[in-house]
Amino acid sequence: MSVTALVKKNTYIDSVSLMSISTKANAIAGVSQAFVAMGTEKNKEVLKSVGLLAPELEAATNGDLMIVVDAEAGVAPEELVPAIEELLVRKAPAGGAADVTYRTITTAAQANDGANLAVIAVNGAYAAREARKALENGLHVMLFSDNVPVEDEVALKALAHEKGLLMMGPDCGTAIINNVGLCFANAVRPGTIGVVAASGTGSQEVSVRIHALGAGISQLIGTGGRDLSEQVGGVMMIDGIRALAADPGTEAIVLVSKPPAPSVEKKVLAEIATAGKPVVVYFIGGSEAAVAAAGGHFAASSQDAALQAVRLAGDPEASVPGLDVARADAARAGFAPEQRYVRGLFCGGTLCDESMFALLDAGEDVWSNIQKDPAFVLAAGSPSKGHTFLDFGDDEFTNGRPHPMIDPSLRLARLVEEAKDPSVAAVVMDFVLGFGAHEDPVGVTIPAITEAKKIAADAGRHLEIVGYVLGTDRDTPNAAAQIAALESVGVTVTRSSTETGQYARAIVRKGHNA
Amino acid sequence: MSITELFGSELNVINVGLTMFEEDLEAQGTKVTTLDWTPPGGGDPTVIAALDALEAPDVAARIEAANAEAVERIITAQPMLVGFGRALDVVPGMTPTTILHAGPPITWERMSGPMKGAVLGAIVFEGLAADLAEAEKVAASGQITFSPCHEHDCVGSMAGVTSASMYMHIVRNETHGNVAFTNLSEQLAKILRMGANDESVLTRLYWMRDVLGPMLKEALEIGGPVDLRLLLAQALHMGDEAHNRNIAGTVLLLQALAPSLIQTSFTTEQKKEVFEFIACSDYFSGPTWMATAKAALDAAHGIEGSTIVTTMARNGVEFGIRVSGFPGNHWFTGPAQKVVGPMFAGYKPEDSGLDIGDSAITETYGFGGFAMAAAPAIVALVGGTVEEAVSYTKEMAEITTAENPNVTIPSLGFQGLPTGIDVRKVIGTGILPIINTAIAHKDAGIGMIGAGITHPPAEAFAKAIVALADKLA
Repeated sequence: MSVTALVKKNTYIDSVSLMSISTKANAIAGVSQAFVAMGTEKNKEVLKSVGLLAPELEAATNGDLMIVVDAEAGVAPEELVPAIEELLVRKAPAGGAADVTYRTITTAAQANDGANLAVIAVNGAYAAREARKALENGLHVMLFSDNVPVEDEVALKALAHEKGLLMMGPDCGTAIINNVGLCFANAVRPGTIGVVAASGTGSQEVSVRIHALGAGISQLIGTGGRDLSEQVGGVMMIDGIRALAADPGTEAIVLVSKPPAPSVEKKVLAEIATAGKPVVVYFIGGSEAAVAAAGGHFAASSQDAALQAVRLAGDPEASVPGLDVARADAARAGFAPEQRYVRGLFCGGTLCDESMFALLDAGEDVWSNIQKDPAFVLAAGSPSKGHTFLDFGDDEFTNGRPHPMIDPSLRLARLVEEAKDPSVAAVVMDFVLGFGAHEDPVGVTIPAITEAKKIAADAGRHLEIVGYVLGTDRDTPNAAAQIAALESVGVTVTRSSTETGQYARAIVRKGHNA
Repeated sequence: MSITELFGSELNVINVGLTMFEEDLEAQGTKVTTLDWTPPGGGDPTVIAALDALEAPDVAARIEAANAEAVERIITAQPMLVGFGRALDVVPGMTPTTILHAGPPITWERMSGPMKGAVLGAIVFEGLAADLAEAEKVAASGQITFSPCHEHDCVGSMAGVTSASMYMHIVRNETHGNVAFTNLSEQLAKILRMGANDESVLTRLYWMRDVLGPMLKEALEIGGPVDLRLLLAQALHMGDEAHNRNIAGTVLLLQALAPSLIQTSFTTEQKKEVFEFIACSDYFSGPTWMATAKAALDAAHGIEGSTIVTTMARNGVEFGIRVSGFPGNHWFTGPAQKVVGPMFAGYKPEDSGLDIGDSAITETYGFGGFAMAAAPAIVALVGGTVEEAVSYTKEMAEITTAENPNVTIPSLGFQGLPTGIDVRKVIGTGILPIINTAIAHKDAGIGMIGAGITHPPAEAFAKAIVALADKLA
């Protein structure tokens, strides 16, 4: 007989559990006889009667746990102790895990091994902290929240870069990872074109145009609107390009942003040379020469970006129809002489930008809450003047209220206001479909459209309302149904963000047809 | 996982803030876990800054080490009932004119109705005044030293009023050597600790001083120490949570004491009175478990850098906590809260006094409200279903540091008690500790009118985290 005995001082296990543990201990290979029990007089007597009361057990008390192992011939009993101690560790808790709710990212991540990405949409004052927690727990982050201090963004992106994680945002509204749309995204076909975008609606537009051309998206990485600023330095866009360059599922890359800070643009373009894949660069209003010099493919518009990417990813025959000039001419002919201005009321910042640039390119003055020229900046609360293009998704409008893609009330009121202004020829609006968006953006706007048209008609004017539906046949509701609803109330529907700008320009500038 | 690995994996999302994103992700067949999220620290920027400061890696590492030590002490503490004795003889700092009370420090003028009632009764009991009217003058005269039980190694149930001649449990933590004290259960509803103070209350107190206390003292001398943690663990397996349900614990304690009680030098009639007194209320062992918890938690107090809560106590006006990293008597306080729960016939919620008593020491250790899952018989206190009781215990795991393997809950797969409340986790999750407790009438002289659950005020934890950040970061 080869016996080992030990006392775990001050360790209590109830007698019923101990019976079960002893049973299991006796089933361990190599165990001749095992005894796990509290150090009560009664138990010690039992041990004594079977000749197992080793001297070290004499001192055990009621509160001490005794382990005694008699090993089979040729087995050292000490080697069996760890397996018995293993039995003392409690098993998984009873009850289903389905009803568990977690209060913090840390507890949720610890309980869910497979978790790999956090979508964070909390008040900006608390957002950086939550994002940091997610990164510290090894999660990739999509940070939807805006109004996050830029210093926090810099710190978060440095941490993510160090850990090799995505830090999409803050103020990142759109991403498509592994064909799953996150936050505001459209249902597009899986494909081989990867997108890195500092602009949410810009990337939605590019992805939807790519889908319309019959191609699809591999990954769409959002960076947040400030990523290409001097302070942030394009950390996420550069990491995004590298990730897509390494991704075997990606054949061509599209970059989407408002014009970056010059030093950052240089760094980002430098990545093109080493990407090993064609890179299309759509920096709204950016320089063709710099992109070409870096070996990239310059895109002059969102439509152009999609088209070039589709051609580079294997469909050289892809094409898009040109502007319907006759339709623009007909609209222009219906305006009274004082109807000279376009008012753009947008949910999507990049859509607003692109249409505004179409007019600026033609030499028009445009007032806007997102104007870069301080002389033409219009505060969110101010009335329109001349050509006015408003991005209702900008921080100034959204601070303390939902994004206009969810809550359209501000934009609806503004539409009715614009209809009262006799200098207005046309109102241009976007309708963004997809995940995260309003369930029926056209339907909720139709009463205001009807009212606006009536106000103008009662004053003897034709008010041209131009609508662009950003969406696909896979979105809910689908784009065709929304377009039909707009056309039923006399809205002129355009086929892309790019065409929307072209059309707005054409109806106020004779001769500027494309 | 790297970005490349992410591209090759199934997306598995933790969603924070907007539930509509959860619906969109589920519609796309993606696994998503949405948090029940609230801003940390109630959204107070000062509190969040303090929490952030304590989460800096070097600071956090020091705290983790200190907390591991604190929790280890709570878990390994072995409180033994070693005797009974008069407060004047055994409690540190006790004098004939000292009256200890529950909760953080408070002056006579600011005391709640039930505490004033108990103090007046104690003054008469001690012979410091002839009647309650004179006691009122004595209480206000400055002759009485009022001091928190907790500052004298004691805990006191409800008003916690403890005076020199009262008999105390003497509980020694064999592992760490410290000793804790608490007085004896008065059993019924109309009792001193609940603010009652009429002749029937005083008569019982005299009998406890002259018969019950001395008999228990002698019994312990005959029978020797009783391992209280062992009994506590068994009581939880028998359906007690050892704060509001004590039926199993009382039977176990009696089982341990009975052989010695019958050997004492008292008359058979007196022994019969004692057995009847013990049998008349399940609460007999309630104070015993409080002293058990106190003996363990005092051993964990005063560890440099620790954010573990070692005391939660209420005086009926304020709720105070003490934190291990602040040695001695550094109280962080906020207003005492209402207690919500079933009430005795004839009483209404507006009759309730605010949360009072040192009994939250049980939750501080990890039983009481924290162990609701062990006590399905009293789920009426927390809303009525066993699932709710289980969820309370699971929730407490989110604000604690470890499981106590020595005291377990069978229905949760023998999960150990959620142990070591971490101020950082309370602030970070917005989950406040849950406390099971009795309800005393708001006026002096009436007594217990119900039982239920309550929480500490968030302010106490907010103050503690700011102080911890000042000290540690």
